[in-house]
Amino acid sequence: MNGWGIIRGLGVTLRHFFGTYAEDLRRGKSRYFTKQGVRERSASTVRGIFTVQYPEEKLIIPEEFRYLPFLVYDELESGEKKIRCTSCGICAKVCPPQCIWIERTTDPVTGRPVPAPVAFYIDIDICMNCGFCAEYCPFDAIKMDHDFEIASYDRKAEHIYALEKLLKPAVYYQSIRPENFAREEASRMEKEAKTSSKS
Amino acid sequence: MLVKTSSDGIKDLLSRYGDSLLADTRPGFGGYFIKTEQLVPFCRSLRDEAGYDYLSSVTGVDNFPEDQMEVVYHFYKTIGGPAFVLKVQASRHETVIPSLTPLYPGVEFQECEAWDLLGIRFEGHPDLRRILMWEGFEGFPLRKDWREPFFEDENKPFKSRWPDGHVLRTEEENPYKNNVQYPAAFDPDQWIPAGDAALYEGLLSLTKEGQSDFKTDHIVVNLGPQHPSTHGVFRMVVALEGETVLSLKPVMGYLHRNHEKIGERNTFVQNMPFTDRLDYISSMSNNFGYALAVEKLMDVHPPERAEYIRVIMAELTRFLSHIFSIGFLLNDLGAFFTPALYAIEERELILDIFEAASGSRMMCNYFRFGGVVRDLPDGVLGKIKDLVIDRLPRKLDEFERYLTKNDIVRVRCEGVGVLKIEEAIGLSAAGPVLRASGVPYDVRKADPYSIYDRFDFDVAYGLHGDIYDRYLVRVEEMRQSLRILKQALRDIPGGAVMNGKPQYQVRVPAGEAYGRVEGPKGELGFYVISNGKPNPWRYHVRAPSFINLTSLSTMAKNQKIADVVALLGSIDIVLGEVDR
Amino acid sequence: MDEELNNPKYEIPPEIQHQVAITTVDKIYNWSRRNSLWPMMFGLACCAVEMIGAAASRYDFSRFGMEVMRASPRQADVMIVSGTVTKKMIPTIVRLYNQMGEPKYVVAMGVCASSGGPFKEGYSVVPGVDRFIPVDVYIPGCPPTPQALLYGLMALQEKIDQQSIQTVRWYKKGDSSPIPIPVLGPDLMDPRDFDLIKRRAQENLQMEEQVSPTNIEEADSHVG
Repeated sequence: MNGWGIIRGLGVTLRHFFGTYAEDLRRGKSRYFTKQGVRERSASTVRGIFTVQYPEEKLIIPEEFRYLPFLVYDELESGEKKIRCTSCGICAKVCPPQCIWIERTTDPVTGRPVPAPVAFYIDIDICMNCGFCAEYCPFDAIKMDHDFEIASYDRKAEHIYALEKLLKPAVYYQSIRPENFAREEASRMEKEAKTSSKS
Repeated sequence: MLVKTSSDGIKDLLSRYGDSLLADTRPGFGGYFIKTEQLVPFCRSLRDEAGYDYLSSVTGVDNFPEDQMEVVYHFYKTIGGPAFVLKVQASRHETVIPSLTPLYPGVEFQECEAWDLLGIRFEGHPDLRRILMWEGFEGFPLRKDWREPFFEDENKPFKSRWPDGHVLRTEEENPYKNNVQYPAAFDPDQWIPAGDAALYEGLLSLTKEGQSDFKTDHIVVNLGPQHPSTHGVFRMVVALEGETVLSLKPVMGYLHRNHEKIGERNTFVQNMPFTDRLDYISSMSNNFGYALAVEKLMDVHPPERAEYIRVIMAELTRFLSHIFSIGFLLNDLGAFFTPALYAIEERELILDIFEAASGSRMMCNYFRFGGVVRDLPDGVLGKIKDLVIDRLPRKLDEFERYLTKNDIVRVRCEGVGVLKIEEAIGLSAAGPVLRASGVPYDVRKADPYSIYDRFDFDVAYGLHGDIYDRYLVRVEEMRQSLRILKQALRDIPGGAVMNGKPQYQVRVPAGEAYGRVEGPKGELGFYVISNGKPNPWRYHVRAPSFINLTSLSTMAKNQKIADVVALLGSIDIVLGEVDR
Repeated sequence: MDEELNNPKYEIPPEIQHQVAITTVDKIYNWSRRNSLWPMMFGLACCAVEMIGAAASRYDFSRFGMEVMRASPRQADVMIVSGTVTKKMIPTIVRLYNQMGEPKYVVAMGVCASSGGPFKEGYSVVPGVDRFIPVDVYIPGCPPTPQALLYGLMALQEKIDQQSIQTVRWYKKGDSSPIPIPVLGPDLMDPRDFDLIKRRAQENLQMEEQVSPTNIEEADSHVG
């Protein structure tokens, strides 16, 4: 009880303090505002300053990161948007807080259901970003987005996402989740090959 | 209360109380029913003769539409072993059951909770109040026939979502605008809020004993609910004499989010992300406990690789939670921010791993029944290795160099807030709080689940039961976690991570299950009853933070007011779990 | 800084450029306010942990002049409602909001604060803090990552930039009464809705007289 413990402890903070300068001097400017720099500063070997200067630089988002769901559409060669969703309703059923509303298309002539949604709503004020909808969708039609910069001033007007706002092209999906996309494409090709060989 | 017991002590008891005991023979259920009038004597024998000294969980089950309310007790021995399950039944209309508080003081808050949410009156309880809702609230919300204002459907999925989903905001449909329910002919102008009068009265009545002749005025001080040192929205009411705490009552419920009511409406799978939000610092452990409980019911077992991944994630979570709690304990001691900031640095690095594996930093939702969602992506295992082998041990040493021998920390923590060994057991404390008092009781060793029996690790425990020992136990547990992690990383096999195909609607056979894990805060239990339908009939969480708070008033007695804040920090509560 | 503040609407003669800066009171006023937004140290639930994360070294919102987390509402400019607002907590929150000095802003962090989020269906959760106090910025996410929170706070700064000293609420004459504090009755009661509650309670009573008690439950559940 002679204060030695405190001095030793302060030594730790002092080392931290000087460490920030030492690291900056050693590594120079490449430490900041470069992708490599951000990667270095989020690795387990990081020393010195730990701060990522959002918004000028952003953390590298891992592929599996999930924020809000979106609907994927394929762009056909004719330029037509082909929505992958068949309105099977699995996402709406599995959604834990029940934030998905789907209206199924019915054929005006026969009255039978058509596998496409008339309307698709997600109340992003209820969504808990759990990713169940994307996980259980059998058609790879609904996926989790990486975009988190969505703060708004008015929730009443803006926070129910309708079909138009939810749709994003498959190219976008590929760009944020390349590995998942490649895997899904491969398994789809396989399935198609199987069905064509059967017929 | 550590009594030497013969192995057949329980058999003796069962034969002696044969007349009033009845085995629960419903398929999938276990344990014994006991007649209400025999409950207290039986439990006394159970504790003193059979050695079941640790009453882990008390909860009620509403068997609506039958006129029957059930209370379920889970007893354990602190020397380890499986549970003894006891059940008591009573009418729904006049639900009165003798309280077990004289035998097991740790049931105090749990009985309050059962009264608050299910309307089970415990006779002989010293302070039976509403604990999560407020006095004056209408009805008992966990009863099956009680419906909330935004009630849409008995069970999820709601019919209105598909195939004719017309979006609406339920609160806009509600004529009261405030998510509200009132009795008929209610006049708000005539309403007098019950307020905290009963609370203050109960508090001051405790201070009457043992007063000296010297007459002093007692001051009642409220700490919270918005108070920078409390870990979230938690309130403590303290009666003071000078600076000395005469008595203390925790007040909770400011974050009561209806976890159990929503959980009973959800399907089994849908509950998984909700468990993340219980103890939001350590979501992976919560997933673990719930997955274990439902897997018990479904009788599925995850493949090897998934078991290892689960253990790795659970131990990383323990490290993360402990380092975070130590950082904030120092915050509470007045070392503003620096230790906490150092702790958060390590936390961020671990969260990066969670994010890469599960997709979210805090709300991982990573476990499924029979495995985990997905295999660890490329490079994540390497990152974990870097952390576990190099970074975390190094930083932990630095942390210890920084804090453990610090004179101020020692003066503030040593001998403060002592919880004696028998008090700790009686109060059903769990986790580091129990172990710091000298009980080496760790569910991972006492009743091994998953693959914990394969790892070589020690149970950390203290001897003094003060704040400092709790700190040391946490530090030691982090080291043991790293030890387990090293072994797990060495042995992790390849292969699948999920048994069977992922299903969005699992079939769970009827029955009851109590799955428990050693979470960072203590024994985290999930009591699930299935009636064969897609939704659980009863879903109860044995929240360690909540039950550890029962011991707060014992610890705080005769301490200085400034130390109460540190005491709270040393229990390490997370409000999401306390209030659920 | 000078570029931010200089108002290009007025022409500065070339010979005194870089020596003189012309700006408006609005710009100076907004600039100083937006760069010293002190949040209140006020955590409710899960989001609070992410808020702490945003204050800690990795995200460090002191880079935006928000480093001083104030424990007292009197010293705070912005209330970050970080987490689920329960009925038991809302009276305290309203009281805290009333105690904050103008100019004051509210950020609803996370879906729970915005609308009750996944817990909205429950019996003890307020469906959005904006039922009681005005919210300036909503940040969706459960929980929003610290970066999302920073984005939201930057959105708040942008909003401040657009305000004019002539129209702001706190210099206007007239209505500046505090928000009435909700009462914990049989359920949560907003004093502004007392008339509505009375009317409904009367209707309930009439219904009770008309129909047998068993039907009331059904009727109630329809409304709910």
